[in-house]
Amino acid sequence: MTESIVNDLTIQAATVNGSGSQTANLVLTRAIFHMGIPVAPKNVFPSNIEGLPTWYQLRITPEGHMARSDKVDILIAFNVATWREDLKSVRPGGVVIHEEAFSTADVRTDIVYYPVPFSKLAKSKIQSDTLRKQLANMIYVGVVAGLLGIPWGAIEHGVKRQFLPKPKAVPVNLDAIKVGYDYWQDNFSKQDPYRLEPMTGVVEGKVLVEGNQAAALGALMGGVTVVAWYPITPSSSLCEYLIAYADRFRVDEKTGEKHVSVVQAEDELAAVGMAIGAGWAGARAMTSTSGPGISLMAEFSGLAYYAEVPVVIFDIQRIGPSTGLPTRTSQADIGFVYTLSHGDTKHLVLLPGTVEECYEFARDAFDHSDRFQTPVFVLSDLDLGMNLWMTPEFKYPEKGFDRGKVLSKQDLEKLAGEWGRYRDVDGDGVTYRTIPGTDHPAAGYFTRGSGHDEQARYTEGAEAYARNMDRLSRKLETARHALPAPVVEESGASIGLIAFGSTHSAVIEARETLAAAGKAIDYLRVRALPLSDDVAEFVRRHDHVYVVEQNRDGQLFDLIRLALPAQLVERVRSIRHYNGQPIPAAAITEPLIQLEAVPA
Amino acid sequence: MSTTVNRAGLARDAYKGAATTLCAGCGHNSITNHMIKALYELGVEPHLLAKMSGIGCSSKTPAYFVETAHGFNGVHGRMPALTTGAHLANRQLIMLGVSGDGDTASIGLGQFMHMIRRNVDCTYIIEDNGTYGLTKGQFSATADLGSVQKKGAVNTFQPIDPCAVALALGCSFVARSFSGDGKQVVPLIKAAIAHRGTAILDIISPCVTFNDHDGSTKSYSWVKDHEESIADVSFIPYFEEVQVDYEPGTVRDVRLHDGSHILLKKLGDDHDPTDRRAAIKVIEEGRAEGHLVTGLLYVDAEMSDFATTEHIPQRPLKDLGEDELRMTRDEFVQFMSEFA
Repeated sequence: MTESIVNDLTIQAATVNGSGSQTANLVLTRAIFHMGIPVAPKNVFPSNIEGLPTWYQLRITPEGHMARSDKVDILIAFNVATWREDLKSVRPGGVVIHEEAFSTADVRTDIVYYPVPFSKLAKSKIQSDTLRKQLANMIYVGVVAGLLGIPWGAIEHGVKRQFLPKPKAVPVNLDAIKVGYDYWQDNFSKQDPYRLEPMTGVVEGKVLVEGNQAAALGALMGGVTVVAWYPITPSSSLCEYLIAYADRFRVDEKTGEKHVSVVQAEDELAAVGMAIGAGWAGARAMTSTSGPGISLMAEFSGLAYYAEVPVVIFDIQRIGPSTGLPTRTSQADIGFVYTLSHGDTKHLVLLPGTVEECYEFARDAFDHSDRFQTPVFVLSDLDLGMNLWMTPEFKYPEKGFDRGKVLSKQDLEKLAGEWGRYRDVDGDGVTYRTIPGTDHPAAGYFTRGSGHDEQARYTEGAEAYARNMDRLSRKLETARHALPAPVVEESGASIGLIAFGSTHSAVIEARETLAAAGKAIDYLRVRALPLSDDVAEFVRRHDHVYVVEQNRDGQLFDLIRLALPAQLVERVRSIRHYNGQPIPAAAITEPLIQLEAVPA
Repeated sequence: MSTTVNRAGLARDAYKGAATTLCAGCGHNSITNHMIKALYELGVEPHLLAKMSGIGCSSKTPAYFVETAHGFNGVHGRMPALTTGAHLANRQLIMLGVSGDGDTASIGLGQFMHMIRRNVDCTYIIEDNGTYGLTKGQFSATADLGSVQKKGAVNTFQPIDPCAVALALGCSFVARSFSGDGKQVVPLIKAAIAHRGTAILDIISPCVTFNDHDGSTKSYSWVKDHEESIADVSFIPYFEEVQVDYEPGTVRDVRLHDGSHILLKKLGDDHDPTDRRAAIKVIEEGRAEGHLVTGLLYVDAEMSDFATTEHIPQRPLKDLGEDELRMTRDEFVQFMSEFA
């Protein structure tokens, strides 16, 4: 037997959707995390309720890499429909745990096979007829625990943690896992090098959170009071978590009254419309959507931009025009969302790259939206939103809400009622507003998506139109400096990388890999649109800068080139990944090795 | 000269708006005037009024009354969404939506129906002329089968009747009227505002430029000749005493949630406005006989409105601050620990 490989392996469970395998995978994840070992789970699931193939990848590295790996070390083959195909993904020398009944005629000979009679074990050892199908998945958790040496105590923790809301389910699940654990001990001797050992140093103080959970928590802490949404994958869980959090924390115990109103709208048009209506009336309001939903929100987004109504819109990106692949990830909405609407429109877009930023940007989006009286888009994606990520615990906000330039009754009295809704008093493009219900005769004004002057009066005047549009540009300039600045990691290298959003995890790993090979690469992570001036300065300091993103057309690449002075444009190159799977580090290192003669 | 003021301390002029830009003689201008009268007589405080609309001639009209109130002229067919959101942000606002037949029965049919389904507390006025005025005279979805366009084209499709749709959906307040019938429109607007829930008021409002010719079933002359009121409507607000001077058995009294009363004086056959099936029948019979049935068709003063069903506090959500919206530091720390 070769040398041991400890805490550095990727497990992939190939199962059937709707069979309960996700619970088993999460138990395994939590058990390993409890050992102090960094975990990076990726769930690849179909747009289906039951029956289609699904995969769960659990990547384990001592460094805590969180990008997807395209090499599988341990395959759990539980789905006969994909088993032959799944075998191809296993690294030579890797391991396959498979249902004994699967045909092994002409299979690869460069991997280790552990056949387990899962069906027979389930039939003979699991008493409950109704739970047998789900619990059968737990058997493989036991086999993996035996194979990798996961202590029973860690398994117990994983089960208890996973069934926190349903402690009654703990014993029956532990029993099922024990079936697999015992089967391993009784029937196999170890033929492979993979092992897990408790470790310290990386996961302390960290928790496992999905980006959509983080964003829901952020929205709650940002003071959202009106949420309107229409279910769509992969954004649905954001609002579902938010409903759960609001029910738990924001219902008046005495009266039963809700401090957060959530409406499941009839479609995305109505969802964003309700949020805009609420934002206009002074509430902190939001909607959340994906794919086709963001297309439907284009018209209303233009209204909120032009009439200057605060609203927060989450876009949890999935891949494809039209329906596309509803359960696969991408970053292909960035260009569309930035200018969402007909006519000259530019929006404020926040680009969280970690789950911690999903929390912070969701929370702060309401301040930005109130300050700049405009829609703020928070662009996340399926990978960030729906997978569990290791993260430091989030911080409690130290600042109160910033409601922006709102004139109260007292303000209006001081001004003797002299004000104009769209009058740029401060020269920053941001004007003052009043909220409906303000008890002053001068408070009311008419909000409209048609042409208006400084006093909010209807006009089709050419000069008034251009003047207003120029002021909106000024407002965008003011906002540009107030949004989260890029994060720059620089050590004087000649080559730089630029990325945004969930691509971050692959960039971290790619840079480490290349640095280990002797090639340091600088990095700038864009965190908001409109682009910061820092981007051009970063390009100026490097010979070549690669923009890495998960879309076909290099949308951020295009936006950056448009923003650069002509002499810098040629320095910028594009790396694109767009097959719906989260980008692996190799998708960055391989082109760099080729194009920049980086030592491999 | 002393000026008469209402209970809000305001003169009638305080309820006026900017000068209309609609055609002279447009039915919508009459409705604007009815609105001014109704709001003045109700003593609505302008700062609590939210005038909402979509797109079209009708949707321009909120600019023409109560200039000091907030108004929101949004996007085509989406007034209900904006209204629903604004209402949730602040239950104290009086939501007054103005829409048209295109805005409601075509592009906005879905939102119209879902607003009714939720029973959002608002007044929804449809200024219904059966035609697209701003785009120069195309048929709308409320145009009657066989109605003739100005240039001679004949409508070949069944109309969508907003009142029939509203009744089918279980709307809590459904009425129809005619812009030229101020005696009926004004009390109906008042009743719609007083009603707690979605109040649909479909007002036939002739388009003098594109749909007021022979052969149109939305012209002044056609409506005048074919209007059949089911009852004389009067409205007694909660702050006034009911003084009945009708013969017993000739008047129905509907008490609304806020203590206001709608008094309905029998004209022909007795219509019970709390009987939804009867209301559908009245519309169907009128249609079969070629009449335009007007009046209060249906009201359910007891149905729970959306914000009540949803447990939204009376205190506006917009006024809640950090203390009421954020978790406490302890709750937050405990909550984060659950992700370990």
